[in-house]
Amino acid sequence: MASPKVFILRAPGSNCDMETHFAFEKAGARPERIHILQLRENPSLLKQFQILVIPGGFTYGDDVAAGKILASQLTHFLQSELRAFRDSEKLILGVCNGFQVLLKAGLILQPDQDGPVATLAHNTSGKFETRWVHLEVRPDNCPFLAGISSLFVPTAHGEGRFVSREEWMLDGLEKSGRVVLRYVNPQGKLDGFPHNPNGSQGNIAGLCDPSGRVLGLMPHPERHVLPTQHPSWTRNGLQKEGEGFAIFKNAVKYFE
Amino acid sequence: MIWEIEIQPKDSDLEKCRVNKDFHLLTPGVKVKDPITSASKGLLVSGEISGEQIQKLVTELLVDPVVESCTINKLGNLPVGEGTNDPCLATVLLKPGVMDPTALSIIQAGQDLKVPVVSVRSFRRYFGAPLASNEKDVLFRRVLANDAIEMVVEGPINQKHVAEGVPYLFKKIVVPIRDLSHEELEKLSRQMSLSLNREEMITIQEHYRKVGKDPNDIELETIAQTWSEHCSHKTLKGRVDFDGKIYNNLLKETIFEATRFLREKAGKEDWCVSVFEDNAGVIKFDENFHLCFKVETHNRPSAIEPYGGANTGIGGVIRDPMGTGLGAKPVCNTDIFCFAPPDTLASTLPDGILHPLKIMTGVVSGVRDYGNRMGIPTVNGAVCFHNRYLGNPLVFCGTAGLIPVDKAVKKPLAGDFVVAVGGRTGRDGIHGATFSSAELNSDSEKVSGGAVQIGNAIEEKKVLDAVLKARDLGLYNSITDCGAGGFSSAVGEMGEHLGASIQLDQAPLKYAGLSYTEIWISESQERMILSVPKENLAKLKEVCKWEGVEAVELGVFENTGRLKLFYQGSEVGDIDLDFLHNGRPKQVRKAAWKTPTESSSNPSAPANQNLGETLLKLLSSLNICSKEWIIRQYDHEVQGGSVIKPLVGILEEGPSDASVVMPVLGATKGFAVGCGLLPDYGDLDPYAMAACAIDEAVRNVVAVGADPSRIAILDNFCWGNTDRPEVLGSLVMAAEACKDFAIAYQMPFISGKDSLKNEFHAKGKSIVIPPTLLISAIGIVQDVRQCVTMDMKKAGNKLFLVGRLTENIGGSQYAKVLQLTGGVVPKPDAKEAIDIHKAMHRAITALTVRSCHDVSEGGLAVTVAEMAFAGGIGADIHGLNTLGNIPFASMLFAEPPTCYVVEVEPQKVEQFQAIFKGLPVHEIGTTCVEKRLRFVGPTGEWVLWTSLEDLRKAWLSTLKF
Repeated sequence: MASPKVFILRAPGSNCDMETHFAFEKAGARPERIHILQLRENPSLLKQFQILVIPGGFTYGDDVAAGKILASQLTHFLQSELRAFRDSEKLILGVCNGFQVLLKAGLILQPDQDGPVATLAHNTSGKFETRWVHLEVRPDNCPFLAGISSLFVPTAHGEGRFVSREEWMLDGLEKSGRVVLRYVNPQGKLDGFPHNPNGSQGNIAGLCDPSGRVLGLMPHPERHVLPTQHPSWTRNGLQKEGEGFAIFKNAVKYFE
Repeated sequence: MIWEIEIQPKDSDLEKCRVNKDFHLLTPGVKVKDPITSASKGLLVSGEISGEQIQKLVTELLVDPVVESCTINKLGNLPVGEGTNDPCLATVLLKPGVMDPTALSIIQAGQDLKVPVVSVRSFRRYFGAPLASNEKDVLFRRVLANDAIEMVVEGPINQKHVAEGVPYLFKKIVVPIRDLSHEELEKLSRQMSLSLNREEMITIQEHYRKVGKDPNDIELETIAQTWSEHCSHKTLKGRVDFDGKIYNNLLKETIFEATRFLREKAGKEDWCVSVFEDNAGVIKFDENFHLCFKVETHNRPSAIEPYGGANTGIGGVIRDPMGTGLGAKPVCNTDIFCFAPPDTLASTLPDGILHPLKIMTGVVSGVRDYGNRMGIPTVNGAVCFHNRYLGNPLVFCGTAGLIPVDKAVKKPLAGDFVVAVGGRTGRDGIHGATFSSAELNSDSEKVSGGAVQIGNAIEEKKVLDAVLKARDLGLYNSITDCGAGGFSSAVGEMGEHLGASIQLDQAPLKYAGLSYTEIWISESQERMILSVPKENLAKLKEVCKWEGVEAVELGVFENTGRLKLFYQGSEVGDIDLDFLHNGRPKQVRKAAWKTPTESSSNPSAPANQNLGETLLKLLSSLNICSKEWIIRQYDHEVQGGSVIKPLVGILEEGPSDASVVMPVLGATKGFAVGCGLLPDYGDLDPYAMAACAIDEAVRNVVAVGADPSRIAILDNFCWGNTDRPEVLGSLVMAAEACKDFAIAYQMPFISGKDSLKNEFHAKGKSIVIPPTLLISAIGIVQDVRQCVTMDMKKAGNKLFLVGRLTENIGGSQYAKVLQLTGGVVPKPDAKEAIDIHKAMHRAITALTVRSCHDVSEGGLAVTVAEMAFAGGIGADIHGLNTLGNIPFASMLFAEPPTCYVVEVEPQKVEQFQAIFKGLPVHEIGTTCVEKRLRFVGPTGEWVLWTSLEDLRKAWLSTLKF
């Protein structure tokens, strides 16, 4: 069985690194949590790893805008190493704050001559909210999501509303199979608040890059790895494992 | 060079909406149009920065072009407000020296981009048509800015507005006190904001006469901090004369005594590790970890600046487990708030009081922004409304932490460095400890500005990451947090049995201008003090460096019994630690209690009330209605340990009795956290109130699966001014109940805190809070897979009532919604109650229980209603008539202690009933498919018949902002 090494990138304010570590370890990978200051000191560290994860949290307090400062650091100090990492058939995952970082660093959607093509803005409700959501999964070429058709996982964020610069860009993303995760209601249909918890355009919950190997999503699969994490296990009984765990198993399996 | 960058939102203008909403709230009955037509935010960035560089900073960091646009100007130009035709009304800036986390982040990020940013100030700006002066006053003073921390600038911002402090010129200040009269001593205490009384000042005077010199200002300040009510609990630990019964130390003879008794009785089975001595109480969890738990209040600051007060309240209590033993990892938070009703008419507010809705929204977001950023799940809480919290809202914040069993004990050694780790020291929170020990009045918001602060959660998160790493490497001998009193308390307490010498000029400062005394007593947040052996100092600094945290040695601990303070080589203070910690004169206070006559019989309810209407009224009342609006703003899932969540049921909106956390992922052991708080009982019967609060906290955790033989409890007393005998008397009654019931239930108190003098005085008007005792419970859950929730699970199951109903409705929510006053307060039966709780636990672990909900505010009817709509399952309640001679409405709505409603599958009924043999348990109904709730009345007819949707809507609709 493969046991890829996972680089969990910490920065001041990261706070989902422990449960992300747990999820990868449980899936058979070898995770390490490493601080951005250490990576900046020695960018070649990345070469020893197969999976890079930017976990959830409030890096740098989300001051300025969520994920923006860490994104700026990645762009300025680690641009070439990150592109080399991605282009060598390795995997990159950004969850919640990690998605905000990846998107704002241009690692999922390449900026054009007019600047960034999309962002994650403040929720329509104007506030941070914690809520379990149903996701429709269209894996396309994204190895993290292979074989998954739906997920039930929690969200917890204040800035998760996907906004594209122009309406037609959204169509382009959908047609090219980049919209791999969408918020739906329990019946599996596109719906408004609270099923779409933040007012995202096109109900977008997660996106991948053209290669499929870079995935960013607002919901937290690492918070639904164990059956006791399900919000209604006392009603419906304990499942074998949490629904989000499939993503971590897929990531490990990719390296078999 | 100062650049002014103004950023406008391209899509929805949330700030504009907030401001207009708040403005209309504060000008009720006045028909005015929205004062604000647009809002923007911005930054003042200073440094030797070129136009090209500022453009780079804006493009790459400060503005998100998809949703924002911006204008860049040099300071002093008139604000333009892109896209708006209205003039700029005002710009709001933080006052100099107030913590601005965004500014700190931008300075750092700017340097990364090679833009030489020296300082940053953030601002908010508002546009709209010019206003009449009275409207302007409301808008500026009460909506746009909080005078305690912010300033409003009309017209362009200039250099003057952004000036930082002036440099400090060292001058040692001696305060002559040896020759002062008693009156002059009292006056001095007031002038220096020492909050020391005459007797204490005389004791200090005598001490310095003996020493043969006058004290320096820093010595007086240190004594004032250490002797403050906030730090020393002189009332509760002092002598009390309660109608002739003498307590030499009230706490020691009631609450501590219960714990001492229980620990002694437990002998080898004692599962307390450290109680009432460290920053948090510590109990055993499993073979690898102990659990620690602490609940604090932050009432005064939250009254003046709700956001900052609550923000630093949660930030402060998180540092308690961090500073317990050699440092615990926080695993969950709990927040309990007491407010005046949010629909209070603005025109009825006394001067100097913020509107309760403003306080509530500020407090909720203050706790949210700190707790969420720390990555600690907020799993439990309560919100309680009462008119008398108008002047003094209460904010309780608690944190539980996990500590390795070999890290629970600490001891600083002589020769260790005194190391400050974390945030820099500024002028924030000077006199916080003495301020929080005084009453509030209409001037408090003006004079106490310095005591109010904003936190910086990310600094604390960095400190936490660094401290846990250093702990595991064994780099220090002791740790404590800087709370009230700042360095003076932290160093003074840690070095209590040693002595220390401190170089105050070594402390890293936020800005120039602090005097040596200000450095010593500043309550700047996010700082810890570590006691570090010489050989580990370099390694500790290295660990901190990699987490981006400052660590600086301030001095050394030494075996002198004295606290020696130096500034730039000169000695500025030399304090005898024995006098500091043991010299305070014991307070003697009188206490008295007279049982109010109105609490001896129950008021009669209207005979023909519509029971269905009463039920809906109760469900939508402030104290019972859903708190989902608040709960969802808190991340209760982070760390992945939540097993039973605060919201449960088919739509995840039912009110869980308590939350269960599994702190070690992958293991099956957990703990439950719950609370009890019944201020409506307090005036009538403080003894019963305390007993019921303990019972409620216990019921909450037992109902989800905690083991009653492994429950520890915490007390937080918030009372009025205990200088008045009747106020102290009610506190003594409550403390006695705490002792009696802790012993009867065999549940030790492990930590506690009090906040006295919660009174507001202005223009002859006084508002005294109701006696408020918060009991928090933490209970071990041996196997989290056996936990149950309160939502009904399936039609066709049997419903049981465990416990005895009561006719007593004194202080109940039922009495409150019917506007009935007085009445007998129910009281648990100390002997039977613990047997019921234990049997309830056996029934849960025997897997005979499908759902379980404790009966609390609103009584049996509210309990069953909540279970039904949370589960989307109907219920018929037909078994109440055999339950004794109690008015039927009281059966439904009184608040009997020690009661649970339990759903049992038909095939488990026999086993379930056998567990309760000899205890009160009655089948009262069945669950059904039809989505409605019905009760059979005394005449055998259905007297209450309501659809689940009506119940649910009533419960959900009240609190939404």
